[in-house]
Amino acid sequence: MSCAVDARGLVYRYPNGQPALDGIDLHVEHGERIAVLGPNGAGKTTFVLHLNGLLRGEGELEVAGLRVDDDSLHELRARVGLVFQDPDDQLFMPTVREDVAFGPLNMGLPAADALAKAREALAAVRMEGAFERAPHQLSMGERRRVAIATVLAMGPQLLVLDEPSANLDPRARHDLLDVLERIDRTMLAVTHDLPFAAELCERAVILARGRIVADGRCEELLADDELLARYDLELPAGFDPALVTRRPRPDSIAELATS
Amino acid sequence: MAGLCNHDTDLMGVAGNPASPIHLLDPRAKVCGFVLLTLVAVSASFATWPVFVACAIVLATVAGLAGVGAGVVWRRARVVLPLVLFVAVFLPFFRAGGTEWSIGPFTVSEVGLETFVAVSAKATIGTVSAVLLGATTAFPDVLRALERMRVPRLLVQTSAFMYRYLFVIVEETRRMRSALLARGYHPRHALQAAAIGRVASALFVRTYGRGERVYLAMLARGYRGDMPQLDTLALRRPDVVFLVLLAVPLLAVRLGVVLAP
Repeated sequence: MSCAVDARGLVYRYPNGQPALDGIDLHVEHGERIAVLGPNGAGKTTFVLHLNGLLRGEGELEVAGLRVDDDSLHELRARVGLVFQDPDDQLFMPTVREDVAFGPLNMGLPAADALAKAREALAAVRMEGAFERAPHQLSMGERRRVAIATVLAMGPQLLVLDEPSANLDPRARHDLLDVLERIDRTMLAVTHDLPFAAELCERAVILARGRIVADGRCEELLADDELLARYDLELPAGFDPALVTRRPRPDSIAELATS
Repeated sequence: MAGLCNHDTDLMGVAGNPASPIHLLDPRAKVCGFVLLTLVAVSASFATWPVFVACAIVLATVAGLAGVGAGVVWRRARVVLPLVLFVAVFLPFFRAGGTEWSIGPFTVSEVGLETFVAVSAKATIGTVSAVLLGATTAFPDVLRALERMRVPRLLVQTSAFMYRYLFVIVEETRRMRSALLARGYHPRHALQAAAIGRVASALFVRTYGRGERVYLAMLARGYRGDMPQLDTLALRRPDVVFLVLLAVPLLAVRLGVVLAP
C-alpha cells in the first residue's frame, strides 16, 4: 500500500560521526497535513533533505510511493516538492518566470508546457503578477510564495516546507497560511512556529535529538505544556490551541486521505 | 531596503520608454550593434576624428529613440568612466612627440594630448554603448542573447548567478557594516581596518555556504547538470533594419576616412 512517507529506523551521521538522525520512525498517509516540530538542532532540516534524496542515511525510507535509491531519484524529485527555508536559496534564476519553469523543464516538458505550468503554479499562490519580475524585487512574503510555486509547477504529490513562516510579518504569514490551506497536496511542514502548525496541520510530531519523541493530534500535543517544555518548545502567551479554527482541506485532498 | 531598491533600479534596470522600438529589438541585434559601434570607435585615432563624431551621433540617435535621457546616461557612465579617464589623464605628460610645452615642472606633448583625446573619446563611446545596452535591455535578456550567440554557457551561467545574488550579497554586506558601526567601529588607523578583512572573510564563508544550498535547491528540482532552455529568440525585420542602419553609416565613415586623400 503506497503512502506519503514511511521511514523506519532512519539514521544519518554527520561526517564527524555525530548522529543527526538517530532512528526515525514515521508514517504519513496520502492527504495528511503533518507538522514536524522541534527545537533548533533537532535534525528537522536534515530529515527534510532525506525526503528528496538530497541526503541519504541508513534504514528504510519510502517517500511518495517510491523507495529512495539511486534509480528513483529523478522521479522522486518530481513527486516531492521541497521548499527551502530561505527563498533566496530557492530562487536562483534571474526572473520568476525562468525559476518557476526550471523544474518542469528538467522533467522534460517542452517550453510552452513548462510556461503553462509556471503560470498555473503562480496563480495557485496568487503571484501571477510577478511573472516577469526578478526575485530581488519581491518582498520576503512574495518570495516565499513564489518559492512554493517553483515546486507546485512540478505537480508534486507531497509538499515539504522547511520553516515556511520564518522571517514573515503577520500579514505575509497570514497570506501564506491562506495560500497553503487551499493547496490540495499532502503536506509536511517543519517548523517551530507552533501557532502556524496548529492552524495548518491536523497532526504533529516532535523531533528531538534525531528521534520522533511524540506523535498525535496537533492541538493535543500543543496543549501538553510539560511535553513542550521538555523539548524547548513554547506557545506564545495567551495562545489556546483548543480555540484554533482550521479551514477544511480542499475536497480533492480530503477524499485522498479517506480513500 | 526600499532605498537600496530605488538606487539599484536607477543604476541597473531598464530605463527610458520600455515600449520604444529600441527596447523591443531582439537582444542579439542590440548586443551586435553596440559591439560593432565600440569596435569602430576603438579602431579610430585622433587623425580619423570624424569616426568619433559619427559614433556619437549614432549613440545620441539611439538614446533619443529609446527615450533614455542624458541624466540616466551620465549617472550610469560616471560609475566606470572616471577610472578609465584617470589612467588616460597621465598620457600628455609621459608620451613625447610633436610640439612640447612646459607647465611648471611638467612637460606636455602634442602627441600625448592627441592620444589623451582619442583614448577619452573611445572610453566614453564604449561606456555609453554599454550603458545604452543596459538601459534598453533587461540583463536576463542580454544573457539569453549571449547564450544564443555561442558565448560559453559556463560563463553565461556564472553571470546569471552573479546577477541574481549580487543584491543578496550587497544586502548582507550592508547588515554586517551596520553591525560594525552599531558597536562603535570607527577606524582611526590602518591596523583597525583588520575588522573589514574579517567581514570580507565572513562574507566569503556565508556566500560559499549559500552556493551549496542553492545547488541543493537545484538538485531538488531535478537539475542534472544542464541548465534547461526556456526561450527561443527570433530575428525579425526590425532587428535587421536596426543593424543595417547602424552599421552602414559607421562603416562608411570609417572606410571613408581611410580612403580620403
